Amino acid sequence: MVPLSHYLALGAIMFVIGAAGVLMRRNAIIILMSIELMLNAVNITFVAFARQWGDMAGQVFAIFVITVAAAEAAVGLAILISLNRDRSILNVDEVNLLKW
Amino acid sequence: MELPFFYLFSAGIIGASLLMVTRSNVIHAALLLVLTFLFLSGVFVLAGAEFLAVVQILLYAGGIMVLYLFSIMLMNVDVSVRLRQFQRQTFFVVLITVILAVEVWVVLARGDAYPGYKGFAWAMGSTPGNVEALGAILYTKYLFPFEVASVLLLAAMVGAIVLAKRTIDR
Amino acid sequence: MIPELIAAFLKIAMVLGVISLVVAYLTYLERKIIGHIQMRLGPMRVGWHGLLQPIADGLKLFLKEDIIPAKADKIVFVIAPIMVLAPAFVVYSVLPFDKNFYITQVNVGLFLVLAVSSLGVFGIVMAGWASNSKYSLLGAFRSAAQMLSYEIFLGFSLVGPLMLAGSLNFQNIVEAQADVWFVFYQPVAFIVFFIAALAETNRVPFDLPEAETELVAGFHTEYSGMKFAFFFLAEYASIMAISTVCISVFFGGWGGIDAIPLPGIVWYLLKMAVLIFVFIWIRATLPRYRYDQLMRVGWKFMFPLAILNIFVTGLLKLLFI
Repeated sequence: MVPLSHYLALGAIMFVIGAAGVLMRRNAIIILMSIELMLNAVNITFVAFARQWGDMAGQVFAIFVITVAAAEAAVGLAILISLNRDRSILNVDEVNLLKW
Repeated sequence: MELPFFYLFSAGIIGASLLMVTRSNVIHAALLLVLTFLFLSGVFVLAGAEFLAVVQILLYAGGIMVLYLFSIMLMNVDVSVRLRQFQRQTFFVVLITVILAVEVWVVLARGDAYPGYKGFAWAMGSTPGNVEALGAILYTKYLFPFEVASVLLLAAMVGAIVLAKRTIDR
Repeated sequence: MIPELIAAFLKIAMVLGVISLVVAYLTYLERKIIGHIQMRLGPMRVGWHGLLQPIADGLKLFLKEDIIPAKADKIVFVIAPIMVLAPAFVVYSVLPFDKNFYITQVNVGLFLVLAVSSLGVFGIVMAGWASNSKYSLLGAFRSAAQMLSYEIFLGFSLVGPLMLAGSLNFQNIVEAQADVWFVFYQPVAFIVFFIAALAETNRVPFDLPEAETELVAGFHTEYSGMKFAFFFLAEYASIMAISTVCISVFFGGWGGIDAIPLPGIVWYLLKMAVLIFVFIWIRATLPRYRYDQLMRVGWKFMFPLAILNIFVTGLLKLLFI
């Protein structure tokens, strides 16, 4: 019988590792993957609370989160591919044409 | 009996994700993320969400990560390994995220704020199972978000194709 | 607790051992049957009529030199065959062989089979990438695109029988076919499923990814020795796994005709033998699809057919049941 606080601690640690990945890496693909990690942390929190209250809405919203994550990954990677094709950019610092 | 498995899976998740955010080889990072998702689906099974666990393997590990791997292979990633991998603010990031982790856990996991654990009604032997309950609620109460999600996926698919297409110069 | 664990381990060991042995002899069976279809004899020298051929093959592969290309990514190169083999074997944990003979029974059994077999794509893509060779990369891309597309059709074709059975649990699906097998209620779904199964396991006519005449050997060009054996084991193991799924969903699993009283597992083995013979027969007979023809057949013919099947099944179920 796993208590609720364990699931929440796991979710918090995953979220924080993902956030650290987004903030401290320069490679755009790894930043996108860290965002996926954060979304999964939110999923585990949803499912833990669904189990606590006995309400299926948590799992339904976890499915929606997975759906939206798929859509966002597709579009994000398409943007990266088109950036990389014309100008060989892979680090987020180099996307600075609009800078004054 | 569930608790040792939970500790095993969480150790796997935390280890694999820590490794993932620190690798310089992008393919290794992607494979470590797949490992994270597989362990996470084990945690979903422990939390009573079997359908979601299998959906996680099918969609996330078997779909989204394959998309990532294809994109990594189509882009020229060898060049970037020689550049600096971490931002200059890494030390402060690590400090702040540790504080954030403690804060999130303290706020969410106050044991006295939540009433007793209810569990799912079917866990005690009565129907329906997880899949039937999910289907019953998804197609009645949450039908509109379901349809909106399908339109969102269509829009994302069209957008991704248009963005990544080669423009033909005349 | 402990006796259950020991029983589970014994069952797993037995199933894995039997599967490995059968997979090895499946290669021998294939060569013999294709030989006889082509009016020649197949392996005849090693043992009586070549019966020891798989053992000779296994010994040879085991003793071969293990070559890793110089510029290959060593970690991924070594892990890729494991990533192909592991899902092929994990699938057996939920498959039903008889009414009481299965390793485990989960409520989402059929769905789990689909999900875990979709993990096989990783091993193939990684094998192609880590080899650092053009033939391997091309073969890996083609194979991954083919497997991903046909996985979708596999899933869609299974929704029809699922609507009739009402459960994702394999035991419930087999018991729902006690009167009439689903292949008679859902012939279109069976055809789409069978073609998708051929494409999923990289069998002729969809074996372009490993076609010897086109791409040297596709994604496993640079592999030698035991790692190469893993790819082959994985292919034949997944052929048997998909045949078991086909039998359980369309042909009544371990059920048989009541007039002839045989244990369930004998019926299952008989159906499995017929289905594997059909797989090998198709390999000996049909030519290979070109890559664009493959994609066209899939997306323009099988996908609308699968969706139409779901629609018609739903409509009929709503109106008549």
